[in-house]
Amino acid sequence: MAAGPSIDALGQFRLATSLGPIGASVNFTNANLMMVLTAVLVLALFGYGMRARAIVPARTQAAAEMGYEFIARLCEDIIGEGWKPFFPFVFTLFFFILFGNLVGLFPYFFAFTSHIAVTAALAVIVFALSIIVGLVKHGLRFFTYFVPPGAPKLIAPMLVPIEILTFLSRPVSLSIRLFANIVAGHVLWEVFAGFMLIVAAALGLAGVAAAVIPLAINVVLVGFELLVAGLQAYVFAVLTCLYLHDAVHLH
Amino acid sequence: MNPATAAILARDIGAGLAAIGVAGAGVGIGHIFAALVNSVARNPASRDQVFGLGILGFALTEAVALYALLISFLILFG
Repeated sequence: MAAGPSIDALGQFRLATSLGPIGASVNFTNANLMMVLTAVLVLALFGYGMRARAIVPARTQAAAEMGYEFIARLCEDIIGEGWKPFFPFVFTLFFFILFGNLVGLFPYFFAFTSHIAVTAALAVIVFALSIIVGLVKHGLRFFTYFVPPGAPKLIAPMLVPIEILTFLSRPVSLSIRLFANIVAGHVLWEVFAGFMLIVAAALGLAGVAAAVIPLAINVVLVGFELLVAGLQAYVFAVLTCLYLHDAVHLH
Repeated sequence: MNPATAAILARDIGAGLAAIGVAGAGVGIGHIFAALVNSVARNPASRDQVFGLGILGFALTEAVALYALLISFLILFG
């Protein structure tokens, strides 16, 4: 029994060198190109957007100010006292991931957040920052974080390893959440696009008519992917703020 | 059945089994939004605060579904 035409769902995430021979010599990949594009877009939004400096903002300035206030409120609400030093970091993280996810939605562009290397790097930076901030601020009392407050001291020897394990799973879950969401969305797109081609090729004219169904699903998935792009950036930023709150305030 | 076909069969069955894990997330997400709707119904003024927590809870639960889906994709396509 021969296998039917298969859909190459994961091939879209393959890295290729961009920018011709110059790029090939330094291994400047399509992911790197998208990261540079993301950085340029974020700088453009906030640089050009705030150029007008009107008290009553016009469209772009209003968008830039809303983005700024959103993250500022998020940091203030979740980190609490002493949130200001961490605001630039959370701001950069949120907009890098948001624009990175959004840029990846366009055809022929590349979602660099679909690589575990990228999301793991971001998650490890957040994790290392939270540990360093905790150690610098509290010294060795940081390790009292693993003894949950209000728990009876008798079961503490059982709770502490569980708490440590939960703590160590933070970079894992943070990176995999973002990476899996983006990969799953793009794979769904590719699979339904493959269905369209298979149905159209196999059934002729009726197939072309029937191929509208996977096309409609893909259109709905565009909306869903926009939601996921924003939501995953928001969740990454919120969890970063939560971990920083734990580091700064020890519960 | 030759080994190649058996391998394809096993891979497809494995991917299908791995995808069962997303069912738990469906229940969990429904639970979160049921709690969200209930709490907004009791106290409509709390909507803005509770909505942020609800979205955070939704994303955290969805992550578990996606771990299962990721394993399924890795089995199927990796």
